Amino acid sequence: MTMTVDEIRAIEERFPQVFRRPLYKRFWPLFLVAGTILYLIYALWFFSLPQVMRESHWERLPLFLSQWISYDLQPEFRLDQPEIAPKYPRFSALGEHPNPDWVIRNSDGSFTVQIDGEAKSVTFDKTRATIVANGQAVPVSLTSGKPVVEGPVPDWITVHDDEVVARMGFVGEVRVTVDRVKIRKRFLGWANFVFDTRSPFFGKSAREVFSLIVSGPELRPGTSNLALAADNIWNNSQWQHGDVWTKLLQTIVMAFLGTLLGGIVAFPLAFFAARNITPSGLLSQVLKRFFDFMRSVDMLIWALFFTRAFGPGPLAGSAAIFFTEIGTLGKTYSEALENIDDKPREGVLSTGANGLLVQRYGVLPEVVPIFISQTLYQWESNTRGATIIGAVGAGGIGLKLWEAMRTNSNWANVFYMVLLTLLVVFVFDNISNFLRRRLSRTLHDYNRLEAAQG
Amino acid sequence: MTASATIHSDTTRQQADAWQHQTSLRRLYTVLGVGLLLAAMIASMWFADEANAGHFFERLPHILDFLSWLIPKDWNDVWRALFDFASPSDKGTQEFNFPLGRVYVWGGFYIPEYFELMLTTVNVALVSTFIGFVFAVPFSFIAARNLTPHPALRLVVKRFMELLRAFPEIVIAGLFAAIVSTGPIAAIIAIGLHSIGALGKLFYEVNENIDMRAEEGLRAVGANWFERVRFADLPQVLPNFMSYTLLRIEINVRASTIIGAVGGGGIGEELKLSISGGFGAKTLALVLLLFTTIFLIDQFSAWLRRKLVGEQAFLMGAA
Repeated sequence: MTMTVDEIRAIEERFPQVFRRPLYKRFWPLFLVAGTILYLIYALWFFSLPQVMRESHWERLPLFLSQWISYDLQPEFRLDQPEIAPKYPRFSALGEHPNPDWVIRNSDGSFTVQIDGEAKSVTFDKTRATIVANGQAVPVSLTSGKPVVEGPVPDWITVHDDEVVARMGFVGEVRVTVDRVKIRKRFLGWANFVFDTRSPFFGKSAREVFSLIVSGPELRPGTSNLALAADNIWNNSQWQHGDVWTKLLQTIVMAFLGTLLGGIVAFPLAFFAARNITPSGLLSQVLKRFFDFMRSVDMLIWALFFTRAFGPGPLAGSAAIFFTEIGTLGKTYSEALENIDDKPREGVLSTGANGLLVQRYGVLPEVVPIFISQTLYQWESNTRGATIIGAVGAGGIGLKLWEAMRTNSNWANVFYMVLLTLLVVFVFDNISNFLRRRLSRTLHDYNRLEAAQG
Repeated sequence: MTASATIHSDTTRQQADAWQHQTSLRRLYTVLGVGLLLAAMIASMWFADEANAGHFFERLPHILDFLSWLIPKDWNDVWRALFDFASPSDKGTQEFNFPLGRVYVWGGFYIPEYFELMLTTVNVALVSTFIGFVFAVPFSFIAARNLTPHPALRLVVKRFMELLRAFPEIVIAGLFAAIVSTGPIAAIIAIGLHSIGALGKLFYEVNENIDMRAEEGLRAVGANWFERVRFADLPQVLPNFMSYTLLRIEINVRASTIIGAVGGGGIGEELKLSISGGFGAKTLALVLLLFTTIFLIDQFSAWLRRKLVGEQAFLMGAA
């Protein structure tokens, strides 16, 4: 359906306000979009993004991510010794007497290391090495003072001046020089997650461990095997289960304590801050600005201050959350109080009840579900937040996470802690959601009342 | 007394008994619940105190000692620190080297160091909120029960956003710090990813509560999914989206300060250094600047949100 010019004019005359709106009203979406684009260009320049991107090492990302769920072993073979023998780094995941079945001593004195079965392997003696991968066998001669690839060089092999590097993808790599062969073999999973290499239970199958615990002879005299196993797991030097779980509990406690104490302090203050309940308007204003102050000072500043006051630990973290939460909960509580229906209060007041009783029977029943729901929500969000402020010294798992990350080598430990944190957040979300849903019927009534009032 | 009256009073008594029973049971539960909560609280306090480096009662008498370093010898040093003016107490130490941080823009004109750092922190918050918004909007339409193009897709997107929300920001920041070098970019990525999850959840809850009649109208004239979302749903939810985004900016300014303190650059890092060094004037200047900025942003965003959606944005706004 098309309109003639006359028809458009007629409509324009009848509804002039639709057609002649001020400029900013007609074009504000355009202005918003243009402003955003201009801002983004500015931000690009401000953070010098192109330069940062040029200098960043994106190739590390898959490596780091693969380290979250895998570990590697790096045996090294010296070729300039009288006899070739594998050497493992100290604290290798294989323990003190490694004898893996993927390192094979052949009858002629050469070695074969299977990086991924027969298909990806390297066989070498003092004079030559043969690298097998991707269906090709590439011989490397070691006799001329530097490693020389005989024949064409496939693209998975890089030849440097004194080193030949064969990359075999996720499973590992081989580095050959004249006097040594270095191997990196990657395994999926977490090494020594239960028992570390110093434990007497190390290297035993689950069935062996179980039978040892149930009926075996005492491995350490005077201690039952069960206690020994538990102690070994708790103090696993690589995974530090005991420390991690304690720190996790600290994070939970920080959020719980901070939120609860914040709620306890904010609860009475909110009554004095609510416009419709306070005995004095001045007091209400002062308290509201106080809440704003506590919120605006920010959890980080509180955390830094309390870390200095109490020393690092969960006490500082709890205090930081407590102080921020006085502000947040005080504000939300007093807003809820200002939105109550006045009729129950008037009803109780008309019976001649005193001030306290009016609050108890005229106001509380209406707001308690909202208070609890908001406190639960804050508890949930503080459980997440407590992880971060921990990293500045306020205790909990945050600091441990941050330290594990800083070395860039312990990503599996980081992932372990992340999984635990996710689990905790998930569980607490569900507890809080469950409790809030149980309250929601009351809340629903409240919201309906709100809607009715407009 | 007639039989019926007896029956009547019996029923009443039964009812009264039941009521009393119920009330006392309820009171018992309340007392038990509060007792349990108190026990948990006391145990938590004890646990937190045990694990802390300094203990509560041992440190309490000294709690004001630690504030003594905060009081500058010369209050004017606070202003000097804020605007990078030279201080008479400057003996070449880190505590009073205010002019060193000047960021010269143009000849003798400079931006004081702390304002530059504050700007970095605010920019991190703004850019990451923008990232969050851009991704959260399409995700929220996919994740809303009433608008989703496919239920399976909805579940995937919902779980993905949940993961982004729960994943500790500090780990993402640390991971990307190792890739793009420590600094604001890693912080932007970390906070941006978190914002996608957080905003996405709020957005799709808004989407699930829209009036479906406009959508049905467009469906009747044969509009496809994008057209329906664009012309029927987006106009309804945009004010709410904007309001939540503004709220997110407030949160992200705080988050970017904190991430900054653990190596993300910006004002958080400087504040941490200043407090751990015990530089009174610098700390006061930083706290003043940070507090004022956060306060102004909060007030401005509150004003804008009130204009956008009215008072209801504040009722359960945070939730």
